[in-house]
Amino acid sequence: MYAQSLNAKDLTPVAAEDATKLAVFQARIDAEEKIEPNDWMPEQYRRTLIRQISQHAHSEVIGMQPEGNWVTRAPTLKRKAQLIAKIQDEAGHGLYLYSAAETLGVSREELYEQLLSGRAKYSSIFNYATLNYADMGAVGWLVDGAAIMNQIPLCRCSYGPYARAMILICKEESFHQRQGYDIMLAMCRGTPEQRAMAQDALNRFWWPSLMMFGPHDSNSTHSELSLRWKIKRFSNDGLRQKFLDATVPQAHYLGLSIPDPDLRLNGATGHWEHGPIDWDEFARVLAGDGPCNRQRMKHRRQSEADGSWVREAAADYAAKHRRAAERAA
Amino acid sequence: MPQNTGERQSVLLNGLFEEAHMAEPPSPLWEVFIRPRNGLAHRHVGSLHAHDAEMALQAARDVYTRRGETLSIWVVPSSAVIASDPGEKDMMFEPTATKIYRHPTFYEVPDEVGHM
Repeated sequence: MYAQSLNAKDLTPVAAEDATKLAVFQARIDAEEKIEPNDWMPEQYRRTLIRQISQHAHSEVIGMQPEGNWVTRAPTLKRKAQLIAKIQDEAGHGLYLYSAAETLGVSREELYEQLLSGRAKYSSIFNYATLNYADMGAVGWLVDGAAIMNQIPLCRCSYGPYARAMILICKEESFHQRQGYDIMLAMCRGTPEQRAMAQDALNRFWWPSLMMFGPHDSNSTHSELSLRWKIKRFSNDGLRQKFLDATVPQAHYLGLSIPDPDLRLNGATGHWEHGPIDWDEFARVLAGDGPCNRQRMKHRRQSEADGSWVREAAADYAAKHRRAAERAA
Repeated sequence: MPQNTGERQSVLLNGLFEEAHMAEPPSPLWEVFIRPRNGLAHRHVGSLHAHDAEMALQAARDVYTRRGETLSIWVVPSSAVIASDPGEKDMMFEPTATKIYRHPTFYEVPDEVGHM
């Protein structure tokens, strides 16, 4: 799961930076030094990271919902256990990332508030419904596969806490992709009905997965600065190409067809080329008008509200024990 | 706080969250250290929020050790960590940079003596 595609233009003005400090900072980045929380950094670097890391965290948290939809209906105990483990990982990934964002001087409560009030975005992919169990296969294989393509270079991001969180995440994420492909394999080796379910899942998740890499480089607002500061290492189109080249043969192995009549292998470059992406759909889903946006946010808010008595009880219990300890002292 | 009326309205319609959220004090931050196996030191792996030490320990287990890579966990209130100032690192660590005679390679041993 990730949030590179969400980098909208930040219109808040930034005060001019001290040119000398900026040059020293850039030299450290160019020398592949990591930037740590207490180091000087340009305001724009801090803001870009807070936005990217927190939206990445929100994506992990919201990303639990499409899969949570199938926990009780996964076909076997083994499949249920795998799905629960994957969802638990996503909760964990969200928490690693919120911690990394907090090192930049923003509070967890502030980030939650941005998500719950609808001001912060999360990956557009989680606004698509998971309609049949094969979608658990397609999500793991394609969505987590696309996420890994983006996350591996983020392990070398110039900001230390983000890079370290990404290393933890990548170690766990490859299980997600493989369990997804495992579901697709089982479906494709199954009955004609199961094959049809797998094909249906691929048909619905193919284009949204390609959109996960964000707008074409020519239309990407933050790319240049993010590349110069090594917040990201590859352009949107570069990553999308890697994903395409890796995934098309995997689909062919499954015996499934990719829902893109223009898809072709360029003999000269050896790369797969896709047809036009529906960027209107991408913009619509990102702006809040996808198939499940309202449901996802409603569910998240409900869950936050339902948990409030637990947090309150934990805070009171801790306060009571602190008071008792003070009296005893 | 939400900035425009549209956003504000959607928060109020879903009203649950705002009330719950504003009343809650932020929970303390803890730093997490894990020892992957005996013979290795505890290593810092990240941080988390929890109201007390016991919950911090349980959350650390759930968040940082889901693949059985741990023998022991430490959690320490982040506020208890005293850190050196990176801005003063030159002054702080200068003594180590100028004392080259602290390194074994500063001393020459004749070839005839062999490995030392």
